[in-house]
Amino acid sequence: MDASAIIDTLTPLVTGATYEVGKSVDFATIYVPADLLIETSLALRDTPSLAFNVLVEVTAADYLPREPRFEVVYHLLSIANRARLRVKVRVASGAAAEGIVPTVHTVWPAAGWPEREVYDMFGIVFGGHPDLRRILMPEDWEGHPARKDYPVQIRKAAQTYEPLEISEDEFKANIERDRVRRVQH
Amino acid sequence: MTVNMGPQHPSTHGVLRLVLELDGEVIQSVTPTIGYLHTGIEKTAEQKKWQQVIPLVERMDYLGPQSNSLAYALSVEKLLGLDMPRRVKDIRVLLAELQRIASHLIWLGTHAMEIGAVSMLFYAIRERELLLNINELIAGFRFFPSYIRIGGLREDLPRGFHEAVNAFLERFPAKIDEFEGLLSKNDIFRRRTLGVGIITKEDAAAWGLVGPICRASGWDYDVRKYFPYSGYETYDFDVPTQTDGDVYARYRVRIAELRQSVRICTQAIARITPSGVWACDDPRIVPPPKDKVYTEMEALIQHFLIYSQGFTVPAGDVYVPVEGPRGEHGCYVVSDGTNRPWRVKMRPPSFMAIQALPSIVQGGLIADVVAVIGSNDVVMGDCDR
Repeated sequence: MDASAIIDTLTPLVTGATYEVGKSVDFATIYVPADLLIETSLALRDTPSLAFNVLVEVTAADYLPREPRFEVVYHLLSIANRARLRVKVRVASGAAAEGIVPTVHTVWPAAGWPEREVYDMFGIVFGGHPDLRRILMPEDWEGHPARKDYPVQIRKAAQTYEPLEISEDEFKANIERDRVRRVQH
Repeated sequence: MTVNMGPQHPSTHGVLRLVLELDGEVIQSVTPTIGYLHTGIEKTAEQKKWQQVIPLVERMDYLGPQSNSLAYALSVEKLLGLDMPRRVKDIRVLLAELQRIASHLIWLGTHAMEIGAVSMLFYAIRERELLLNINELIAGFRFFPSYIRIGGLREDLPRGFHEAVNAFLERFPAKIDEFEGLLSKNDIFRRRTLGVGIITKEDAAAWGLVGPICRASGWDYDVRKYFPYSGYETYDFDVPTQTDGDVYARYRVRIAELRQSVRICTQAIARITPSGVWACDDPRIVPPPKDKVYTEMEALIQHFLIYSQGFTVPAGDVYVPVEGPRGEHGCYVVSDGTNRPWRVKMRPPSFMAIQALPSIVQGGLIADVVAVIGSNDVVMGDCDR
C-alpha cells in the first residue's frame, strides 16, 4: 500500500486531517501534524485494512539549520498486512521543549522508552508522557547530545560523588522500619 | 524491601541495573536503569565517512555484530540503489546465519548457567570457538570481523573457508541434540522455566518484541520471511513458533532456530564457489583491485579518492530491517547527499526487551527475574549503544 492510498484511507477517519506524502525509497512515508498524531495513530492501529499493530521504533533527526528543525520518526509494522509505514512529525526548534508532540504510549506501549531516548538525545518533549526522564545519559547531564549544535568533543572535569551519607537518626529509623516488617512476616 | 540488582551482577548480562521492590520473594515492581554502556556510537557515526561506520556499528550488539553491519550496509546500498551479485548475497546470508548460531550459543550457555545448569556454558562455548575461528579466518579478528562492507565484502573468501564451515555444519546438528538432551527434559530446568515469565501474543506485539520473543508467543513474524533481504526468499527454511510465551517456549524457539540456521548454512555453502566475485562492480564505491592500483593511473586515482574523501550517497532516508539473533535489527540512515551520514540510528531489540521486563516479571518470584532476563536474551551494548 503506497502513501497516498494510506492517506485516502485515513482522511475519512480523522476529522480535519491534513496529511502529506513524504519522499522515500523504501516504504510509504506520511507527514502527520502533531495535534492529529493520537487520532491518526489510533486509526492506523485499529482500521483492519491498515492494522499497524507494532510500533517498531521512535527516533528523530535534527535538520539544523532548516526550519522546522526536527523530525520525529515513527516506524510502524503491520504483521497481518505485511506492510511498513513511516510516520513523521515536524517540530520547530522553538516548539521542541513545549510538548506539542503527544506521546503515543497509550496507543503502543512500546513507545515509552524510545520517546524517552528521543527526549534525552534531542530535547523534544512528548506531551503527556508519564515518565519523561533521561534514559541513556546521566540524569544531571546538560544538553542533548544528538543535536547538531551539540559539540562532538567537549572537555569536562571528572565528576566525583560524595560517599553515601546517612545520619545516625536515619540509620536507626531504617533499622526500626526493617524490624517491623520482619515481625509482620 | 528494596533490592538493588546490578549493575555488577553476573546474571544481568553486562551492566543492567534493576531496582526491585519485594514483598517477601514476590516482586511488586521493577525499575530498570540503563545507559551504563552508552558510548555515543550514533553521534560518532555522524562524524565518520560512510564506510568508516561499519566497525562502529558492529560494536553495538557485540554478540551479533554482523547483523548490525548487514543492516547498515543494506540501508546505505538501498540509498545508493545498488544490487549485490548473487555470490555476495549468499556469503552474507551464510555469515548472518553463522552469527545467529554463535549468538544463540552464548545465549544458551549463559541462560542455562544462570538457572543452575553451569556445565551448559562449557558445551556452548566450545562450539562457539569454532565459529570464532571462522571469523578469524575471514578477517583476522574474532569478534568484530567488519567483513561486510558497503558494496559487497572486504575481500574474497580465504583458502580453507569451505572446509572450516563444512566441518562445523557436519558436527553441529549432533551437538544440538546433546544440548537438548541436557536441558529439554531436565526436571530442574523445566521447573525453572515452564509457565514462568509469560508474554501473551497481544503483549508481544504491543511492546514491540518482534523476534524470537514474539515467535514464542504465537506470531510467525520473521523479517527473513515477511520482508526478505539479501536473497533469503531463495532459501528453504521454516520459522519455528511456539504458543505458550513462557521462558521454556523461548528456549524451544531458539533451539529450533539453531537447526534452521544449519539448514540455511548448508544450502548457502553449497551455492558459494570457493573464489569469485566479492563486491558489486560500482567503481565509485568499491576500491579497485590492488594489482591495478600499482599499474594503472586511473585505478590509483580511484583508490585515492575512495580512501581520502570517500563516496557520496544520494540525499534521503531509509530504514532496512534484518532478522538479528535477538529480533529485528533495523538501521535508519539519513543522508544529506555528502560523504558523511547525517544520522545513523539502530533499532535495538534488547532495548525493547528490557522496557517490557517490568510487565513480565511483576507478581513473580525474584528467582524468575534471572530466568526472564536470560530468556529475553538482552545485550547491553545493543541496548545502550
